Parts: sequence; C-alpha cells; structure tokens
Amino acid sequence: HYVSDMFLCQYACILSLYSCFLRHARSRNYVSEAEMCKLESVPLDFGDYHPLKPITVTESKTKKMNRKGSTSSTSSSSSSSMLDPLSSVLDGTDPLSLFAAAADPVPTTATMDSTRKKRDKDDSPAVGSDFEPWSSKRGEILARYTTTEKLSIVSGSFSRKAATTGSAVSEKVRTRLEELDDLEEGSQKELLNLTQQDYMNRIEELNQSLKDAWSSDQKVKALKIVIQCSKLLSDTTVIQFYPSKFVLITDILDTFGKLVYERIQSMCVDNRVSLPDNFSPECVNDTAKETCLNWFFKIASIRELIPRFYVEAAILKCNKFLSKTGISECLPRLTSMIRGIGDPLVAVYARAYLCRVAPIKYLFTTTCFCLLFQQIHGDTVQNQLVVQCVEIPLYLTLYSPAIDWILQCIAYRAPEILLTEMMERCKKLGNNALLLNSVMSAFRAEFIAARSMDFIGMIKECDESGFPKHLLFRSLGLNLALADPPENDRLQILNEAWKVITKLKNPQDYINCAEVWVEYTCRHFTKREVNTVLADVIKHMTPDRAFEDAYPQLQSIIQKVITYIYDFSLLFSVEKFLPFLDMFQKESVRVEVCKCIMESFIKHQQESTKDPVILNALLHICKTMHDSVNALTLEDEKRMLATLINGFIKMVSFGRDFEQQLSFYVEARSMFCNLEPVLVQLIHSVNQLAMETRKVMKGNHSRKTAAFVRACVAFCFITIPSLSSIFTRLNLYLHSGQVALANQCLSQADAFFKAAVSLVPEVPKMISVDGKMRPSDAFLLEFLCNFFSTLLVVPDHPEQGVLFLVRGLLNVIQDYTWEDNSDDKIRIYTNVLHLLSAMTQEAYIYHVDKVDSNDTLYGGDSKFLTEINKLCETVIAQILDHLKTLGKEETLKRQSQLALYFFNTILAHGDLRNNKLNQLSVNLWNLAQKHGFADTKTMVKTLEYIKRRSNQPEMSHFTDLALRLPLQSRT
Amino acid sequence: MEGSVNLQLSAKSVGVFEAFYNSVKPIQIINSTIEMVKPGKLPSGKTEIPFEFPLHMKGNKVLYETYHGVFVNIQYTLRCDMRRSLLAKDLTKTCEFIVHSLSQKGKLMPSPVDFTITPETLQNVKERASLPKFLIRGHLSSTNCIITQPLTGELVVENAEAAVKSIELQLVRVETCGCAEGYARDATEIQNIQIADGDVCRGLPIPIYMVFPRLFTCPTLETTNFKVEFEVNIVVLLHDDHLITENFPLKLCRM
Repeated sequence: HYVSDMFLCQYACILSLYSCFLRHARSRNYVSEAEMCKLESVPLDFGDYHPLKPITVTESKTKKMNRKGSTSSTSSSSSSSMLDPLSSVLDGTDPLSLFAAAADPVPTTATMDSTRKKRDKDDSPAVGSDFEPWSSKRGEILARYTTTEKLSIVSGSFSRKAATTGSAVSEKVRTRLEELDDLEEGSQKELLNLTQQDYMNRIEELNQSLKDAWSSDQKVKALKIVIQCSKLLSDTTVIQFYPSKFVLITDILDTFGKLVYERIQSMCVDNRVSLPDNFSPECVNDTAKETCLNWFFKIASIRELIPRFYVEAAILKCNKFLSKTGISECLPRLTSMIRGIGDPLVAVYARAYLCRVAPIKYLFTTTCFCLLFQQIHGDTVQNQLVVQCVEIPLYLTLYSPAIDWILQCIAYRAPEILLTEMMERCKKLGNNALLLNSVMSAFRAEFIAARSMDFIGMIKECDESGFPKHLLFRSLGLNLALADPPENDRLQILNEAWKVITKLKNPQDYINCAEVWVEYTCRHFTKREVNTVLADVIKHMTPDRAFEDAYPQLQSIIQKVITYIYDFSLLFSVEKFLPFLDMFQKESVRVEVCKCIMESFIKHQQESTKDPVILNALLHICKTMHDSVNALTLEDEKRMLATLINGFIKMVSFGRDFEQQLSFYVEARSMFCNLEPVLVQLIHSVNQLAMETRKVMKGNHSRKTAAFVRACVAFCFITIPSLSSIFTRLNLYLHSGQVALANQCLSQADAFFKAAVSLVPEVPKMISVDGKMRPSDAFLLEFLCNFFSTLLVVPDHPEQGVLFLVRGLLNVIQDYTWEDNSDDKIRIYTNVLHLLSAMTQEAYIYHVDKVDSNDTLYGGDSKFLTEINKLCETVIAQILDHLKTLGKEETLKRQSQLALYFFNTILAHGDLRNNKLNQLSVNLWNLAQKHGFADTKTMVKTLEYIKRRSNQPEMSHFTDLALRLPLQSRT
Repeated sequence: MEGSVNLQLSAKSVGVFEAFYNSVKPIQIINSTIEMVKPGKLPSGKTEIPFEFPLHMKGNKVLYETYHGVFVNIQYTLRCDMRRSLLAKDLTKTCEFIVHSLSQKGKLMPSPVDFTITPETLQNVKERASLPKFLIRGHLSSTNCIITQPLTGELVVENAEAAVKSIELQLVRVETCGCAEGYARDATEIQNIQIADGDVCRGLPIPIYMVFPRLFTCPTLETTNFKVEFEVNIVVLLHDDHLITENFPLKLCRM
C-alpha cells in the first residue's frame, strides 16, 4: 500500500505536468500505410469446401424391406382363392354358394416357407407405413359417433368368492364353471340411464378391473369381465353409439388378448431363455401348451355366441403356440361363425374385429357383404329403426367405419385384379352406396381415379333414399385429389360431379363436398373453372350467412387454391377470389386466411412486382392483418404479421418510377402505422430508394432528383420519431444521416445527427432484448463508436462553432449517468482520441463523394488544429483523472487494463518523438504492470511490436522507447 | 391308488329313500397300495420319492375312462398316507388323475345325417295349426364322433314366418344305472352352445360346431351295470317363444 501510494503521488505530479502540454498527434499518410499493411494477395481457389457453405447431410434411406417377397405370395394366393366367388357370381348362383365359397379355408397355409414363418411372428411388421393403423381410426370413430341418449350397462358384482382350497382337479373345475354360470345368471345388476360419459367411464373401470384381476392372479374373474364386456356388443339399443361402443369394448378385448398371449409366452421361458420371436410350436413346452389349450376349451364352452366369438378372436394369436397352421385354420371357422349373428350391424363389426386381430395375409375372402344388404332392408332392422327413431341414411353411415376397415385390410397392397373383381361384385349388388363409399375410401387412389367415370355412373344409379350421396362424391373427390384420372375424362368428371354437388340443399353437406372437389379443380383446370367453382360456393354459402358455420372448410378451400395457383397475377385475376375472401367475416379467421395468402406470396413470388391488381389486393389483405393488431395482440403474432407485410413491401418495385415508389411507401406508412417493424422496413426502403436515385444519377443530382432525395430524407426524418425502441431510432438517425450526407443534403444530415445527439441522454440503463432485460452499455458503446466514425467526414456548419457535433456529443457523454463501476466512458474518450487524431490529418482517411469534409474546408488551418488540441487536452485530462480514481485495491485490475488501452492508443496515434508524450507512454506502461495485473503475454507481444515497428523508416525513435519499457516478470 | 365307478340313482327313477341311501354300491375297478418308504426318518429338507404303479385291474374289470357325470362318476385317485408316531397326526394327501383309454381299433365310419325340420315333422305338438310356418334344413357331418374332434355340421333357415330368436346346440348325457331292482335312465344337460343369435339371414348356412368338454364327456360306454351315452339337441327358439327341438343320438369314441 505504502509503495503504491508513494507512486501515485509521484505519478499524479507527472500527469498534471503533462496534461498541460499539447498532445501531438502523429501525422499519417493513409495511402502509403494502406499500401504497406495490405495483405499479399493470393489467388483463391474455390474448391468444394467453403466454411460458410451449409452442411448437407446425405442420409442414406433404409427402405423397409419386410414385405419383400410377400406381395407376390399374397397375390398368388389371393387370386387363387378369389377365383371361386368370382365364378360363382358370374354363374349367377345363389348367395348361399357364394358364402360357401367365401368360407373356403384359405389355401395358402400348406405352403408355409421359412419367410412366411418369420412374418407369422407378428402381424404388424407385415404392414408397411402406408397402412393406416387402427389406432388412428379409433379417435375419429369415437369423436364421430356420439349420442345424447341414455345408455344402460349390465354388470356383475365381481366380488371374489372364498378361494376354493379343494384339492381335486374336478372340484376346482367345477367351482370355476359354477362361477361362470353365476356370471351368466345371477349376481348381475343393470345400470340404467347412463350418459355417454358415464358409460365410457364404466367401461374404463371394467378395463381397469380386468388388469387388476389379471395381476392378482384371478384369471377366472378376468375372463368373466371380458365375457361380460363382449356381451355388450350384442346390444344395439342406442344404435348411433354402437361404433364407439365397439371401439371401447374391443380395447378391453385387445388388452385381454395381450395378457393371455404374454402369460403363455412367459411360461415358455426355459432356463431364463425366452422364446425367440419367430418360434415354432415345437419349442413350446407342454405346460404352456396345456394352459393355452385350456383357454380355448374354456372359451369354447361360453354359452352365448357373440361373447364366444369375440373372446376367441381376442386370443386368436395364441394359436401359434399350438400349431403352425393354427391361425389359418381358425379364421374360416370364426368367419362362418359370424353368420349366426342376426343383426347385420353387429355382424359387420364382428367381421371388422376379425380383420383387426388376424394377420392381413389371411384376409382375402373372410368377408362378404352380399346378404348384409338384404338384411338391412329386412323387417327386423326396419322395426328396430322405427323404435329408435333413426333414419336409414344415418343408420347406413354407422356401417362405414367397419366396412372401411375391412376393405382397407383386404385391399392393402392387393393386386389390381382383386380390386377390379370386388368392384364388379359391388355392381352386381345393385350399386350399394354404402359399399361403394367404403370401396372408395379403402382402395388405392390411383385405382379409383382411373375408373372415375365408372364410379360416377355407379353413384348416380344409387338409390336416393339410402346412403347420402354427397358422402359418395366426397369420397370420390378425396381420391381424385390424390391421384389423377385419365386426361380425357377430366372435364367430364368435374361436370358430372359438380352437377350433383351444386344441387345439394344443406349448406354443410354442400361445403363438405365442395371443399374436396376444389382441389381437383385447381389441380387440373384453368382459372376459369376455378372461378366458376368459387362463384358457386359463394352462391351457396351466402344465404342465411351459412358461411359462419363453415369457416374451416372455406379456409381449406383457400388453402388449396393458393397451393395450386401461386402466380398471384393469375390468382387475383380469378374474379371471385376476393369476393370469396369477403365471406370470412370473423376477424380471427380472416386474419388466418390473410396470413396464408401472404405466406404463399412470399414463398412463391420470385420477382418484384408493380402489377396494380396484385398491389391493391395484397395491400387490402395486409391492411386486414394490420388492423387486427390491438393492445392484446401477442408479441409473436405482431412479429409474424410484420414479417409478412415486410416481405410484401420488399417485393414491390416500380422500376425507374421512383416517385411512385415513394408514394407507395407513403401510402404503406399510413396503412401500417401500428407495426413498428414495418415502419423500420419502410425507412430502410426509402433510404435505399434515395441511394438508388444517387446511383442512377451517378452522384450528380439534378434539381429534380435533389428535390426527390430531400423528400425521401424528409420521409425518414418524420417517421423515425414515431418508433419506440431507442436504439432503433438512434441507428436509423445515424443511417439516414449517412444517406442524407451521401446525397449532399448537408443540413438534413446535420438535423439527423443533432437529433441523434439529443437522443443519447434518453438511453436507459437497461433495455429489453428478446423479452429479457439487458444492460444497454454495450449497445451504446457500439453506437457511439459508429457515430464518431461518421462524424469524421461531416463538415462543420458555417454558423456553428468548430466541431460542433463532436463537442455536443462529448457533452452528452460527459453528462450521461454511466454505471458506477464501468469504464465505458473512458473507453469512449480513448476512442474519441482516435477521431481527433484522424481529424488533424491533412487528408482524411475516407470521404463522402462530392462532400467536402473538414480537411478541405479548413485546409489544415492552425486555429482549427488548436481547437482540436484543446479538445484532446480535456479528454486526456478526463482519462487520467479516471485512472487515478482507479488506484484502489479492488479496481487495480481495471486500472491496468485501461492504462494499457490508453498506451496502445498513444502508440498508434500519438507522435512519440515528442518527449513528454513519450514519457507519458512509459508511465502508462509501468502503471499497467505495476500491480501485476498485466497479462505477460500481451506485454511481451506489445514490446515485440514496438521493436518491429522501429525497423520501419521514420520510426527509429521506437528503439529508444522499447529500451525504456521494462518487462516485469511474474516472479 | 384307487379307481371306482360311483353310481347314484336319481330321485326320479327310484324312490327318494333309495336315492338317499345310495343303494347302488360303487364298483371298484382298481385298488392297490405300495409302501414307498420303509419306516424311519426323513432327512430334513425336500425329499422326492419316485414311485410307480402297474395298472392291474381287479379281476376282469375294464379300465374305463375318467368321467364326471351326475349319476355316474368314474374317478381315479392317488392317496398318499404318511403314518407318524403316536404324538403327531398322520398326514394324507389325495390327488385325482385322469385316465384316457387307448385309441379304439378299427376305422370310424362317418355317419352323416341330413335333417329337415318343418311344422309337419314335429312330434309332440298340441296345436299344429297355431304354429308359424318354417323350413329348417341341415346336416351333421357325423353322429359317430371322435371325442377330441368337434361336432360339426351346418344349418340353414330356409324360411320362417316368425323371427328367429336364437339357435342353440344342447349336449346331453344319458346315464343308465342298472341294479337288482331294475334300472334308471336319466338325460341331463352338459352344455348349451348358442350358434345363432337374432333373426339370422334366410338361406345362409350357419355352422354347427361344438367342442366336447373334457372330463364331462367320455367315449360312449355300455357295461352290464351302467351306460353312459350322449345326444345332441338342436334347439330353435322363435320370437313368439315357440321352441323347436331336434334330437340326435351320438356315439363318441377315441381314435
């Protein structure tokens, strides 16, 4: 402490002594320096590698090959098995033999080769990703088939009876069977008047109790629960809910099937080696086989048909433990078992379940619908519908999920011939609409598209009273959106379809259909047809404000139109496009649609445009988006809207018609005044416009262009104050000032700079960056350095004093309240020294074309130089004062850094031939090292630099300097 | 090891008292005892003692298959007794084991049966006029059945005026016990399997399929003292609660 104090006293004396001396800026010849410092030019080799090039990762796609080879076997087996029903249909035999044919055991199993065995393992790997799994259909069905009617459920009381300890097997069996009987007869209660939600909860409870029973080893109870659940599927009261009920209950069955399968599998674990995935029945041990067999015996004795069917189907997979051909032998039997189910709806869903549990390859002829339809129109069903007040069209839609699923399973990767044949069968059945609809939703789109005309014909022939026709057209439209029909048929298809669609009375039906067909129209036709279609939609949706209920569909229509017509001049020449937009009267939807359109515009518009139609329409759209902004709009939303509008503004160009361009910007400013980023963009655009003008005039403005440029500058000057972010304003002032200067608008530039100077005191300590509060000093420092560099070339105003702006800025910096523990102010002062030394040069390092800077104005006048030196003095005094205040223990590190910084400044810009300055630099060097906070490496490097410089001409005094600078070793 | 046929007379055939007193003596088929371990001490821990029995029938008795019925029960058990010193109680454990006879020699002759049921073919009808019209046709693949194979066949409701409510297969056991006083013949249901639920499609063949339950069935048995036979009933229940039954005697065997 003592030593440092001593030093400080001495040092302060020296400093005060020097501060009254003039500071001598080194005179510089920028041109020769640049010459000297220039890097040796090396020819660049633009090879493959470039550090900024985006990295492209080439991913080698591993294609799933698991179906390899199986398709062929599928096709062969299917064609052979399909042969029978085909011929029988052609023969015109009665449906009885048809069914007999359908029931023929699938003749593929005998030729099970090893690859097939592998696929036996699980049915899921046998289907590719293009197969829509049940899980995705599930939610859809649950959401679609709901009811408000009261439901009832029959449930047993699952109280566990006292465990039977009887030793004899027979006793055990007997008690178990008794328990089963119990379930069937007594101990049940019917819960009535359940709402749909209650019902679902109840089923979930059952599902849970199944799992509980299983995990607590009450297998009989588990079986009872499952039987009881599947019994619910024979109940068709509240028929609208049936599809959902099916979904819920088969979930339980699936759980059960999985539990049984896993249990038997776990029994096969031998010496802790579990069964391989593709095991053969020989690997299964006797206990496991016996257990498995026991399950099947138990299920075979279930009294009622429907539970027996469902429970056996649920554990169908377990047949693998018994024999290789187990599943394929079981399936035909289970299939024919369904014939005993009288209710056609229940029967169809039973088939659907079978298709779900059975591996797809076995499912060629397991289904037949022929007689189904006869039954639907039979008395029993009709009576039931009358009782439940359900109309036929609604009733028929209940079939869709099941038939869709069945057909999807059958048609999956099926050969063309099979599909053709199935279509033929549909025709034979008198074009049953229900089946037709499912065919269209299950078969490959390409297949359907190629036969569109046939399908239209069939749809037309359908019975009016049955399945709703608009659903049929919708399904067809969905296919046509995915695949293309033959070239020649295209227009006819549209005409035929639209003829029907336009006649739909119910707006919801209409729009659901139209939504789908718009895509087809956009895909294959010109704007004329699209226009017609849009006009038709408007015509249908306007009466009674029907569009209010159809916003999602209308939105999707717009989406489709802009996906296909992305040439915006073409799009807006579709007359009905804008009237169509007018249907979106709810603001949130309207803005969404506008956003879509703008996104598409930004994505697809390649060249800038001045097309008045596009401009008008898009301005209107942007205005809509802008007007949706209010106090509650989220920042993200605002940013997004602003990005979209900016994208649009950037794409507008009137070419050489600069005045019109400016007036466009003026108009845009008045329109989008609430979105700051848009205003910022406009200022930049106008600045760019000014510079563009300058470029066109090659720097020599005529009277007219000068006036225009001033107009641009004025635009910026009055727009900037309306922004709220202070740094945006500062930077824009500076930027616009630079543009004004470049365009020889000196007084305007002064005005910008003055505005910037007077704004600096308002800079807050903390600013919000990306939603977080950050100290502003780094931003301010950066801005000020930038500002000072600009000020070098700004000529002094003849009526204001010398260096008016620099002084003004220095005063502002002086008065600004800086952070107590920051050296920013001093760093800026040190940087000001750079500026001042640059200002004393005879020729400045840079100029603005056609603007005389102070070097020319003053021509090295000594008064001017004196003024600069005075400024230097003041600034140095400030710096030294600050260095002195840093002499405290805790700030010594900062002192060392600042001293070195200052030393470097003097080294670079000062004329060290001046003794006093030389002495000052030596003192600073010592000060920097004094307390051991200096980085030795830096110091060594600095010294090396000085020595190297001393070799250059006129730099010999550096040699002396180097000798006077001791290096302090750490030790 | 013990094996016996227990016969019981139903209260219906003989008097309540006879039934109660179980007048028919159980017929012992097999009975033998072996000593597994000589008197002594078992080492502590788990001790496994292997044993085997020759199945020597008593006299000229036949080794019948295990069967659990109502009036006839054929059961085989193993009983292990452990005699212990005076102070400790003796230990006993009983366990049933199942006996399946060897395959019967000779080839099973399939005996398919076709049947047609109409109001006219019915017996035991009070007012034939009040019956709705119906025609049900069908066939059983064979009434000679292998016990391990299911009973199969088909049934077609060709037409029926009244809606069908349910079609069921009823498996019935017919047990006959003979004794000095005469014999008693009783038919009781083993199981009932529904093959059609609701108003099924006309003209569509519905499969007849039933697995014979284990323990409760055995190959058809005819001895001097008792008989165990099986029958199947096809029961059609119409919506107006008319019940139509068609009976088919079966012959079960093990192949």
